[in-house]
Amino acid sequence: MRAILECRTLNKKYANLVALNNVNLTIERGKIIGLLGPNGSGKTTLIKLINGLLVPSSGEILIDGKKPGPETKRIVSYLPERTYLPDWMKVADAISFFEDFYSDFDKGKCMDMLKRLNLNPGMRLKNLSKGTKEKVQLILVMSRQADLYCLDEPIGGVDPAARDYILNTIISNYNENASVIISTHLIADIEKVLDEFIFIKDGNITVHASVDDVRSREGKSIDTLFREVFRC
Amino acid sequence: MWELDSERPVYIQLIEKLKADIISGYYKPGDKLPSVRELAAQALVNPNTMQKALSELERTGLIYTHRTSGRFITSDESIIRKLKEEAAVEQVREFTSSMKQLGFKLDQIIELVAKLLKDEGNQEV
Repeated sequence: MRAILECRTLNKKYANLVALNNVNLTIERGKIIGLLGPNGSGKTTLIKLINGLLVPSSGEILIDGKKPGPETKRIVSYLPERTYLPDWMKVADAISFFEDFYSDFDKGKCMDMLKRLNLNPGMRLKNLSKGTKEKVQLILVMSRQADLYCLDEPIGGVDPAARDYILNTIISNYNENASVIISTHLIADIEKVLDEFIFIKDGNITVHASVDDVRSREGKSIDTLFREVFRC
Repeated sequence: MWELDSERPVYIQLIEKLKADIISGYYKPGDKLPSVRELAAQALVNPNTMQKALSELERTGLIYTHRTSGRFITSDESIIRKLKEEAAVEQVREFTSSMKQLGFKLDQIIELVAKLLKDEGNQEV
């Protein structure tokens, strides 16, 4: 089966800042991948390129063999760093919004997950806490039957118990042909759910390896390795 | 409870935990195991990693897959008994090796263990 994501000598420059430098990357289907790097290393740039919100300065990015566009947006489910749902919406409005936009949106699944969180669809987004709003948004994104999920800092703003809930939502909702890219710098919390991890530093991909391979070879956690590689 | 440490490969720890649950009788011979996804959600690990751990246990004969109805613990109690003995031997080895590090000789260790167990036995009565 074709790789879900392929980057070939991908470059992105902002004015005179190099955000991504000659990135070559292949991501297979059926994997959960951690995109790990310090602030400003290029994580969000890569995710925005995947979603067609930015265009490459040079090189190529292919999703299921296609350049980012309407065809790829159909199969990519994206959780941005910040919420884009307007405050006046009720949870139910956001659900209809997703239903209208995405033919792969599974409303039943979504309602089910909200119910398990004791969330009432009649509630307004502006009345929800920051953490709850993030959970709602993640539930919306994970209720799509996408081929690639791009989650930009999904656990940044929530407490450790909510993190476990979020990880659980992720691992129980992607299917074996889909891949999930999770960008974060909170590595210790998520490394046990990852198949592979990518270290990105100053726009360069420095490591792309399997979590368990590194643990057996180095005898240390990815979190420890990260602290060594990115020591300030 | 699945408690995983972060230095060792996840799948190895999953194998250890599942073996411990079989030895302790949490899973009984012939029991059906939850699905890969359920187990992964319980342990909060990647389903692929859980799959890898289960395949490894399958290779050792401790669990088997029934084509249509899922995974089961072996009904062959001799395999489980053997696993239990291995685990016990491992515990004793670890214990005696730390006792030796403390400077105890084998007969002293045995004497001490016998005494402690006897005292405990008396207390229970």
